[in-house]
Amino acid sequence: MTIILRLAWRNLWRHKRRTWLTASAIAFVTALMVFLITLQLGSYDLMVDSSLRIFTAQMQVQREGYLDKPQIRKIIPDAAALAERLRAEPALRGVAIATRAQAFALASSGTRSYGVQVVGVEPEHEPDVSTVPRLMKSGRFLSGRAAQEAVLGAPLAKNLNVRVGDELTLLGSAMDGSVAATIVPVVGIFESGMRDLDRVLVEMPLASFQELFGLGQGAHAIALLAPDLARLPPMHRDVARLLPAAPALAVLDWDRLVPGLRQVIEADWTIDWFIYVALILVVTLSILNTFIMSVLERTRELGIMLALGATPLRIGTLVFAETALLALIGLGIGIAIGSGIAAWLSVHGFTYPGLKEFMGQYGLPALIYPKLSPKAILIGPAVILGFILVAALYPALRIRKLQPVEAIHAA
Amino acid sequence: MPPDTARPPLLLTLAWRNLWRHPRRTLVMLFALVLGIWSMIVMAALIRGSMEEQIRKEILNLTGHVQIHAPGYRDDPAVEHRFAVTPALAEALRTKAAVAASARVRVPAVISSERESAGVVLVGIDPPGERGLSFISKAVTDGAYLSTPDDPGLLLGRKLAEQLETGLGRRVVLMSQDAGNQIADRGFRVVGIFDAEPQAMETGYVFIGLGVAQQMLKIGQDVSEVAVMTPDRKGLEGIVASLRAAAPGEDVAPWTELQPLLVLMERLHNVVLLIWFAVVFTAMAFGLVNTLLMAVFERMREFGLFQALGMPPRFILGQVLVESLILLGIALALGNLTSWISVTGLKGGIDLSMFAQGLELVGMSPVMYPALAAGDVAAANIIVIVLGVLASLYPAWRASRYVPVEAITRT
Repeated sequence: MTIILRLAWRNLWRHKRRTWLTASAIAFVTALMVFLITLQLGSYDLMVDSSLRIFTAQMQVQREGYLDKPQIRKIIPDAAALAERLRAEPALRGVAIATRAQAFALASSGTRSYGVQVVGVEPEHEPDVSTVPRLMKSGRFLSGRAAQEAVLGAPLAKNLNVRVGDELTLLGSAMDGSVAATIVPVVGIFESGMRDLDRVLVEMPLASFQELFGLGQGAHAIALLAPDLARLPPMHRDVARLLPAAPALAVLDWDRLVPGLRQVIEADWTIDWFIYVALILVVTLSILNTFIMSVLERTRELGIMLALGATPLRIGTLVFAETALLALIGLGIGIAIGSGIAAWLSVHGFTYPGLKEFMGQYGLPALIYPKLSPKAILIGPAVILGFILVAALYPALRIRKLQPVEAIHAA
Repeated sequence: MPPDTARPPLLLTLAWRNLWRHPRRTLVMLFALVLGIWSMIVMAALIRGSMEEQIRKEILNLTGHVQIHAPGYRDDPAVEHRFAVTPALAEALRTKAAVAASARVRVPAVISSERESAGVVLVGIDPPGERGLSFISKAVTDGAYLSTPDDPGLLLGRKLAEQLETGLGRRVVLMSQDAGNQIADRGFRVVGIFDAEPQAMETGYVFIGLGVAQQMLKIGQDVSEVAVMTPDRKGLEGIVASLRAAAPGEDVAPWTELQPLLVLMERLHNVVLLIWFAVVFTAMAFGLVNTLLMAVFERMREFGLFQALGMPPRFILGQVLVESLILLGIALALGNLTSWISVTGLKGGIDLSMFAQGLELVGMSPVMYPALAAGDVAAANIIVIVLGVLASLYPAWRASRYVPVEAITRT
């Protein structure tokens, strides 16, 4: 085996320029793939993480069926106590947990009325699962569990023509069907960056909400947020284990809560791989010529080897080994350059013209940080290697057609 | 020396014959080039197609090509920002530059069934006038579309009907603010259920007759907006200017101003396409340069002989360049042809509905219709031919630099 490797290595450097050109073609596409894939995976993480952190959180416990048809009567009884039990569970240490109740209402200021989504939150826990409390544009967030006050999104405040200090009338229907009406002062106005949310969301303290809508101790969701997404599967099991048997409660992961988010990622990943494969094919075909030439120009030499008793298999292995070595050189350089760039960008962030405005519309940050993991770095090069080795089979298999006598007399 | 006129055909003949000395090598290179060009153009067609589709949808989703509002309406879409269609404006809307134009009342409202309430946008339409202007005239799948502006019925989105637990033939109540800032409410019978995309159109909008809306809101003959459709979404400056002249006090805006995100996205796509073109070209260039270099090295003796016989070096340079030009020319012809065939073959659209919710989240349509844009095809062709010739300069220059005697004596 070592003799084949040594021969292959020497053969490779007979045509230095050609070898370097081919290796650079491989290095180019490898570096590009490493860069693009790490960037892509980084942007997915960023997208999921930052959009879940705004309001939805990574996981929610809800009454079975509430997600499809959010009706006020589908409550989790004694929700705050259940949330307290979850917080006390050692397995869930470090996970932020907050209880919420939600209802539709008509919000009116002096002159304007809009239909809004009112959410009752626990002021002491909500900042841990949502960025809304920290994104106050003016005023402050809710102060206490039973305070009579509300905060709302900036575009909604503008439409309602209210400022901090003004009063807001909320009119809805309570759980028993009676009218729920209250007047609360606006203590803060937030801007989460998600326009659809900012346009409809009014938050008020949970206890005031429960009293207003006649929920008793009930609420509609317990939102959970772990420090990172990797903890999600064990967290799901732990939460499901701790839930009471009746009524039926559902533990919903983010991909159930925001089904579009995972699909965006899958669609993007699928479409991009079509593009990547097209690119890899172009490069593979471009360098296939080098492999073919390196066999054709050595017809005589290979004929002599055959005549001296080398088996076609051995010569085929030699030619294949040359290609594999060449591919490894290219891949090595490509991985080094690609992950070098990715590593630099994972500290400094990546952006290009127009991206900032575009991402801003979806409330996403403009800088993408590539995700550096062995899988993210190696998946592209592995596919490239596969394509090149398949291409390398062609010249290697041609050896078997070689007739020693004819080959030796070839020009 | 033969006359100058004989020279170009000679170079052409030489180049053509040289190309087919190694048919396999030439074919592999051609295949790589064609694949690269194909992927450039098809990628462009897919991006343009999905962009076009998105713009088309957005325009049909109550945007139109041009909209007229009272000043301030776009920031604050409330009933007090309304205007009257003056005779001068009505006259301007009748010109042939406008294929369709229709007035609407469009204000926030709350809709309630017996069980649930939701915030919506109430749209009062002139039912015949909306034909060809927005999606709604064709979207009613259960029941019937409205017949006149004074039709007492209401059109409800399918998803919203589900959420409100109501349906065809049932009664709902709409509540909004009238011109005097009083709560205006009125009962309606649901006469039609419509389907729309994205789902936010289904849950966010209800349609009633324009006359009924004006009466309910006590605004006389005033309207919130006039939407205009023209034969082409490009080149709207003329009609915008004439409408501005006809309605000097109002806010006349083309869709590019109403939907800046789409314009931004188009710009972003241009950048992405250009990067893709450059990347594919680089991948092809490695193969092209390598193949030409090989072709040059193996003909060293020949070039030496040519020079010894009196062929000036620039002719040798020219010969290699012509070879590359022929190769690029054939590849471009085939690449354009195959792209045209595949784009035509995909005219029916590529179904991505498995990712529908996700694509909706980023505003994309679940069916992708590729569309060739002359500009993109031209850009791809120019990039390939110009940069291709530039890349071939290096091998060509090497070929012209052989010293005759050394080259001939070399084996």
